[in-house]
Amino acid sequence: MVQDDIKSNVLTTTLESAINWGRKNSLWPMPFGTACCGIEFMAVLAARTDLARFGAEAIRFSPRQSDLLIVAGRISIKMMPVLIRIYEQIPEPKWVMSMGACASTGGVFDTYSVIQGIDQFIPVDVYVPGCPPRPEGVVEGFIKLQDLVGKEKLADYAPAPAK
Amino acid sequence: MTAANILSKIKENFPEAVLDMTEFAGEQILHVRGPDILTLLTKLKADGFNFLADLTAIDNLTLGGYERFAVSYHLLCHQTGERLTVKAYIPEEKPSLPSVESLWKTADWQEREVFDLYGIKFEGHPNLIRIMNPDDFEGYPLRKDYPRLGRKERSDFPVVDRGIQKKKS
Repeated sequence: MVQDDIKSNVLTTTLESAINWGRKNSLWPMPFGTACCGIEFMAVLAARTDLARFGAEAIRFSPRQSDLLIVAGRISIKMMPVLIRIYEQIPEPKWVMSMGACASTGGVFDTYSVIQGIDQFIPVDVYVPGCPPRPEGVVEGFIKLQDLVGKEKLADYAPAPAK
Repeated sequence: MTAANILSKIKENFPEAVLDMTEFAGEQILHVRGPDILTLLTKLKADGFNFLADLTAIDNLTLGGYERFAVSYHLLCHQTGERLTVKAYIPEEKPSLPSVESLWKTADWQEREVFDLYGIKFEGHPNLIRIMNPDDFEGYPLRKDYPRLGRKERSDFPVVDRGIQKKKS
């Protein structure tokens, strides 16, 4: 009897894959929408593509409660200090998705006041091309990011610096 | 009073201020000297052009004109529906104009925008600070001699690393 109970109720796995499984299926995005990509991101959350299917329906407008920063739209020189501050406020572990041409490269806005790609200043994990990307594109990028999170190795992280 | 009447009267009363009068697409353009703009617009407002539709500036560096900068005031008369453009020309050195904020409150932000992008000072403006660029921004980006890609403003930020340092594999 006990043997049967164990068979149907106990699952063995590694700590790493259990943690990654939890992380990748409950990414809480923080949308940093500054332009039309922000509008398109609303469509990603709506019924047709429904990001909730991937465990990301809890949109947090506070960086302290989220672990995925979605930069949607062009970032001007006045906005960049804000974006850097918000990135630094997100607790570890954190990931960044650069949504659309403007956030990734500056897009058509090749002028003095627009940052030519946020990856010059903050680390980016997934780029979603498009102007703006279709919701399917964002979901594709999101699944790519989930794969990335699922493959992370705990041993890859360096120990915290000694105080 | 029609626009043509008003304009001929303006030209009679201010012969020194008015440089030229032209017409484009059926609308009158009044070219005037910069320092007289406040008196002129006060008169035009009293004569019926009661609405300031737009206030913007032109850099004549490559266009040619009376002076380097022109600030254009787009007026509308609500009674007759007529429009009038007034262009005030000001020289390159220390460009400044009297503010028309006392006539139209809407000129407040529009003069700040012109100041931000062209560096034209408006005397008598209550709060002449940059409206769109960061406060510590240097230069006036809509001037024609400002480089289109800027002076490295867009690449002058600290680079943030990942919080947790990943081991190099």
